[in-house]
Amino acid sequence: MTDPQHQDAAMPPSADGDVLRVEHISKRYGAVTALVDVNMHLQRGEVLGLIGDNGAGKSTLLKILCGFQPPTSGWIILEGQEVTLKSVDHARSLGIDAVYQDLALVNQLSVYHNMFLNREPVRWPLLNNRTMRKLAREHLDDMGVRIPSVDAQVAKLSGGQRQAIAVARSVYSDAKILLLDEPLAAMGVKEGAIILDLVGRLKRESKVSIIIIAHNYGQILEVCDRVNLLQGGRITLDKLSSQTSAQELTDMVVAEYRKALEERQRAEGELSA
Amino acid sequence: MGGPVDGVGAPLGEQKGMTQVSETAQQAAEVVGQPPQQPPRGAMRLLRDVGALLVRQREATVFVVVVLLIIYFGFISSAGRTAFFTKVDLINLSQVASQIIIIALGEVLLLICGEIDLSVGFIYQLAPFIMYFLIVDYHVPGLLAILIALLSGVVIGWVNGFLTVALGLPSFIATLGTGFVITGIVLTTSHARQVDIPPQVQGFGAWIGRDAWAEIIWAVILTVIFHILLTRTRWGLHTVATGGNQLGAREAGVSVARIKYGNFMLTGLLGALVGLQVAFQTSIIDPTAGGYQPMFYAVAAAVIGGTAVIGGSGTIIGAFLGGIMLAVLTIGFFVIGISANPLPIVFGGAILIAMIANVQLTRLRERGRA
Repeated sequence: MTDPQHQDAAMPPSADGDVLRVEHISKRYGAVTALVDVNMHLQRGEVLGLIGDNGAGKSTLLKILCGFQPPTSGWIILEGQEVTLKSVDHARSLGIDAVYQDLALVNQLSVYHNMFLNREPVRWPLLNNRTMRKLAREHLDDMGVRIPSVDAQVAKLSGGQRQAIAVARSVYSDAKILLLDEPLAAMGVKEGAIILDLVGRLKRESKVSIIIIAHNYGQILEVCDRVNLLQGGRITLDKLSSQTSAQELTDMVVAEYRKALEERQRAEGELSA
Repeated sequence: MGGPVDGVGAPLGEQKGMTQVSETAQQAAEVVGQPPQQPPRGAMRLLRDVGALLVRQREATVFVVVVLLIIYFGFISSAGRTAFFTKVDLINLSQVASQIIIIALGEVLLLICGEIDLSVGFIYQLAPFIMYFLIVDYHVPGLLAILIALLSGVVIGWVNGFLTVALGLPSFIATLGTGFVITGIVLTTSHARQVDIPPQVQGFGAWIGRDAWAEIIWAVILTVIFHILLTRTRWGLHTVATGGNQLGAREAGVSVARIKYGNFMLTGLLGALVGLQVAFQTSIIDPTAGGYQPMFYAVAAAVIGGTAVIGGSGTIIGAFLGGIMLAVLTIGFFVIGISANPLPIVFGGAILIAMIANVQLTRLRERGRA
């Protein structure tokens, strides 16, 4: 554990192609250490899978990247510039946008009102619904997101469609880096396919760079160019998707679990002795 | 009376298909006489469409109930006396309705964004006294006094917003508190005595509330404005977003605090307006006017009209019709000479039926889409 397997890493030394670099990020909450010296990079147009079991530090890293909380130490370098993300709004204004499944959508509103929430075109004093409808339809068509109608209430759509709309909204708001948090959680295979197709399409068009945060990696691996495995607050694996497998990742997580279990048993043994 | 009942029944019959044998011989003959694929004939289709509309459009349901109530009180229960349609009754009806409606407009916006204002009836109580004291004790010109009285409603709305948004109190509690404080201030300063409208503002009185039809004209105009505000402007959209998904709305950059402050202030303004209207209409400023009753009627009208108390959805037109419905019941009972004592039972029943219908129709609609 103390020796991260960075020697395996496919990390290129040149920073030119990197839209985002995370260097020596640590995060402590009082006595609890959530992240230890994390180094990560994201190339332009790349889809990076950030994988780890529950409690590995994925959420902490996500919160730091989207500006929700600052790291205890370390740097975030966005397009070659060191940045201090002051807030979620600040991160978003710099083009980093986190999509938490469909949680940001308003179920009672139509698809197009959700797409344009707080950026509505207005012909004062009224909303310009016609323009919103037209742009929403065009944009969703562009991205290959299929829904019955942009007039449909979001509540009436499936989970996959809703999340696709949430992603489409972020892309439309000129996000450069999308952070997708557990995009396939609680989703059937067919629903998940909507999201995977959308990510694949964004990858082909190189519109955005994407970090997918997930603890279940079977399907994720298909769309990712590269995966980082987070274990106990450290990145323990950085490989191209083509050079690893779900099996290898599972083995590493299980090995870590066994080791932790043994350590605890040993500690308990010493205690009772 | 039979029409709407058939209207509701029609779509169910249609769904089962034209080949099904109907109950009556006449209907059966009609059905057999037609090829099964042919669309239903005019009347049947109309009934089916009406039935579908009633299920889909909440306002249509309330509208039908209002029409039925008017028919009942106007023709059936008064047995040809048509007392219900005298000018005096209609004026009374319009005045009762408009008070409920105007306050309901604010409550609908508040309920949609997830809040409620229990203090609005006390703002109603306070506003005419503010006008009175400004004129009598401070010699403020009449029109300015009226404007400051209206502004007092806005200020109390701001305080309600501050307690709710900045201090994080549930609005139910915050406005309960401000309501008590306001009524205490009114009773203390007025020594719980009625006063007359000062002569300086009598000239404005006619178009604020003294003229027989002034209040309903205000109510209709404000209903149109608030309907547009809710359905066609950013303010309305953000109000729905705030109540529908507060975190999501905030994520998208919607200023949830501003929406809530604004809707509390609008509700306060409307409460103050109704207080002034009633004072002018009765020519007396009464320290016991208002209270909780106007608020409860307004919330009842909103709920009957289809506004969800949990936030995220509601309609202005529904609240308008809900207000008319409550007024028709109030005046109707009076006209047919039944004691007003059982009226709350009817109101309670109406609210419960409306809520049950709301929940059940929502289920029906969802099943229809699925």
